Amino acid sequence: MLGGFNEEQIRRYSRHIILPEVGGKGQKKLLSSKVLCIGAGGLGAPIIEYLAAAGIGTLGIIDDDTVDLSNLQRQVIHGGNVGMSKAESAKQFINNLNPDIEVKTYIERLNANNVIDIFNGYDMIVDGSDNFATRYLVNDACVITNKPLSHGSIYRFEGQVTTIIPHKGPCYRCLFEHAPPPGMVPSCQEAGVLGVLPGIIGVMQATEVVKYLLGIGELLVGRLVYYDALNMTFDEIKMRWNKNCPICGEVPKITSIQEEIYGDSCRIW
Amino acid sequence: MVNNMTIELDLKGEVCPYTFVKTKLKLEEVESGEELVVFFDHAPAVENVPRSLKNEGHKIMGIEQTGDRLWKVRIKKA
Repeated sequence: MLGGFNEEQIRRYSRHIILPEVGGKGQKKLLSSKVLCIGAGGLGAPIIEYLAAAGIGTLGIIDDDTVDLSNLQRQVIHGGNVGMSKAESAKQFINNLNPDIEVKTYIERLNANNVIDIFNGYDMIVDGSDNFATRYLVNDACVITNKPLSHGSIYRFEGQVTTIIPHKGPCYRCLFEHAPPPGMVPSCQEAGVLGVLPGIIGVMQATEVVKYLLGIGELLVGRLVYYDALNMTFDEIKMRWNKNCPICGEVPKITSIQEEIYGDSCRIW
Repeated sequence: MVNNMTIELDLKGEVCPYTFVKTKLKLEEVESGEELVVFFDHAPAVENVPRSLKNEGHKIMGIEQTGDRLWKVRIKKA
């Protein structure tokens, strides 16, 4: 043991420890951190992969879906696990990659009734969900429980990433107050998605999580990175706190998580 | 300038980059201004480790060859 690390950990995390911005102290912060990943799908798979490799000590994974062959075009952690629960498959992947990680699986849908209890056990939330109802539920619950949130979403060849630190910067609703009406935006199933796209966006989210936990660099607070894979461009959109925001504004209309705001199944398309 | 307690780290048998990784981890347990003495038998470490430590702001107080393939490096923590 040296500095609280065993011989295997010294080797496993050596490339982190060498970095002046991380060191043994930073690696210990990561090992004592608890992060919840919403979804173990397109975005969740790369998020989970890199957070586990980085040594985030506790990873929560919530997903009620099972692995389908059509997922393997992009969700590379689930190889060989068609038919298995995605949360369980992700846990198996993590156990093989890094036995330091404690994995908590929630094979259920995130909803208005369970969100606060689940969020309370974590230092940060990463949203890898694929629908607006969950996205707004996650944003609102993060504002109410004061949890930092990494947001990412993808569509065909495009993706976006931002980081939300409630009450210190804008939230998702400051930018997009309400979800588009059901049926207006096609889902991934209908629209298709370039397989590598969630890899890029998810890994950017994981980067933000690691930076937040270490307290280094500049986070994407008040900034939304918009990535276009076809043109290979990254644009940055400035986000401002909206004083009329229904959840984090001066006089919030939403003060608790009520089921009717989000729909019972979180599927609004 | 009284420093009764010399903190030592024996890294004989260890190779790069773990010579630096382990020196760095030990330094994190040492108070600023205190001295750490590290023993190496891996020749490249004698150049690499002091260079990396200087990059992080620490001071190399001395490098001494104490045996055929044995070196002693004295470091003052920044």
